[in-house]
Amino acid sequence: MSNQKNPIMGWIDDRLPVTVTYEKHMSKYYAPKNFNFWYFFGVLSMLMLVNQILTGIWLTMNFTPSADAAFASVEYIMRDVEWGWLLRYLHSTGATFFFIAIYLHMFRAVLYGSYQKPRELIWLFGMGIYLALMAEAFMGYVLPWGQMSYWGAQVIISLFGAIPVIGDDLTTWIRGDFLISGATLNRFFALHVIAVPLVIVALVVLHLLALHEVGSNNPDGVDIKKHKDENGVPLDGVPFHPFYTVHDMVGIVVFLMVFCSVMFFFPMGGGFMLEYANFEPANGLKTPEHIAPVWYFGAFYTILRAIPDKLLGVIAMGAAIAILFVLPWLDKSPVKSIRYKGLISKTLIPVFGVAFAILTWLGTQPSDGYFLGMINNTTLARWLTAFYFGYFLLMPFYTRMEKTKPVPERVTGGH
Amino acid sequence: MKKVIALFALMASSLSFAAGGGIHLDEHKTDLSDTASLQRGAQTFMNYCMGCHSLEHGRFNRIAKDLDIPEELMQENLNFAGKRFGDLMSIAMRTEDSKKWFGATPPDLTLVTRVRGGDGDWLYTYLRSFYEDTSRPYGVNNAAFKDVGMPHVLAGLQGMQKKGCAPVSIGYDSLTGTEIMADSCELAEPKEVLYLAEEGQLSPKEYDNLVYDLVNFLVYMSEPIALERERLGWWVLLFLVIFLVPVYLLNKEYWKDIH
Repeated sequence: MSNQKNPIMGWIDDRLPVTVTYEKHMSKYYAPKNFNFWYFFGVLSMLMLVNQILTGIWLTMNFTPSADAAFASVEYIMRDVEWGWLLRYLHSTGATFFFIAIYLHMFRAVLYGSYQKPRELIWLFGMGIYLALMAEAFMGYVLPWGQMSYWGAQVIISLFGAIPVIGDDLTTWIRGDFLISGATLNRFFALHVIAVPLVIVALVVLHLLALHEVGSNNPDGVDIKKHKDENGVPLDGVPFHPFYTVHDMVGIVVFLMVFCSVMFFFPMGGGFMLEYANFEPANGLKTPEHIAPVWYFGAFYTILRAIPDKLLGVIAMGAAIAILFVLPWLDKSPVKSIRYKGLISKTLIPVFGVAFAILTWLGTQPSDGYFLGMINNTTLARWLTAFYFGYFLLMPFYTRMEKTKPVPERVTGGH
Repeated sequence: MKKVIALFALMASSLSFAAGGGIHLDEHKTDLSDTASLQRGAQTFMNYCMGCHSLEHGRFNRIAKDLDIPEELMQENLNFAGKRFGDLMSIAMRTEDSKKWFGATPPDLTLVTRVRGGDGDWLYTYLRSFYEDTSRPYGVNNAAFKDVGMPHVLAGLQGMQKKGCAPVSIGYDSLTGTEIMADSCELAEPKEVLYLAEEGQLSPKEYDNLVYDLVNFLVYMSEPIALERERLGWWVLLFLVIFLVPVYLLNKEYWKDIH
């Protein structure tokens, strides 16, 4: 490409590194050829980010961020704005699918040790995105100003009140008022549509720059840069474009089929994506029977509720998120991929996935219920919380102890 | 992918139990394509409900368009407050007055079926569960909503139910096929049931039909775009299925030499 430039590209390239950048990140970025199913969820997260930003821009055109008008303006969008219903459902369903994609993307990193040296920074930027995304989703859920918007915000913000000394003042500072009010709604609107999206986009750029600096991991966890041909191209790598662009397109279309099936036919997601109580306008004098977070916060909410003491619960919830940040330094295994790790890791990683799913489920359920009619929800929540922390805190020991398998020199399988 | 779908199915099924609040809900087999039913439901709503309950997120002209009601007919026979055709369907009753009269302001009903579990089951059960209770201000209580402030507005049509011991069906005779009845208080698990003590203008079957139509209309009101949404959904999925073919083949073509 660079040898036979057309004059316009040449003119631009002398002033802005377009061709060089394109080659570095697309046509000469060599990705391992053995990516599997799990490797779709990065691009799918990006797809959902774009979906949220685009539909969000159009939603703001008709949304009114005030306590008096927010609820009615959402119904106005659903009924009177041309295609408003589609924009709103794309956005609300998009939030759920964004989290599904992100959780599977993170689990992929756990499966194949993609956070290990030299990819620690990629993981940290990714965790930053996840944290920002949780803030973004939380504040976005307040905007329709329904009962669950109000009371969900009430519960979450009151958690900061558990912090000794400054707690009460801090909650007032966050709310901008002595209780959740129009002031809270307005500032959350500002943060949701401008501040946090800017942070997320910036972190995504850093996430990708860091990835392209060290190169992608793969299901075998082997370094493809160790074996290169005479031109310096990794033998097990293929140029990202066109090979992975056409490959990702297949994943995107299949994902969109699932996404559209839910959005067009189950936009409420059985009350898990749009909660029933949220179709009633916010009322500070009437507490809903059962305040449940949206499903994607379920796991952390369960950990919070599992601890009988409020402050300790808040600390446990914070620690559950914080511990993910240091994952690269907890895993002492000499190998990256689950394929070559020892028996303990091979068992614990899938069990951890299941445990996290159950914790998520429990967060949406009343704490005095029974899981599958067998075990009290709170008892199960405590066991799983213990497992959650045990999995991470014992990781330095069992990853060092267990007997790993030899890692092959070159990638296996592929296409 | 299958796991995700299964998870959603599991979530949806367990929540339908949760939304009931303990009582058994009769199923409302909603049919939004039954325009005649929706029209009858709109008629009942305007005549019996709209004195106290608004539909403040909906507009007369949207209902007229969706339910094939001519503008003139709508304005003359269903728009009692004489509002403009494009107006939102709010009501004149002041909230401070209604709170005094009923103990609670009658809620806006635009989204009632979404609030109540996302379908018509709760409302269909509720409107058929009023019974006489002289201890209450309006002389009635409700089996689906204990101590509700609302009077039984449809009592003239339904008649009045009472709660107590009454014959209930416990099955069918295997030889003759006739229904076997037993006193509800003498069953293995004795229970009080609702029975019609005073007949109204309509037979029980006719009343059920009237409530069915009304609930059908309110399910429509909660999301007027629902039918169009599903119709469009099939076209979008069809497009994606067709689009998948070239996308899949393109991918296969590029990757055929990579081993």
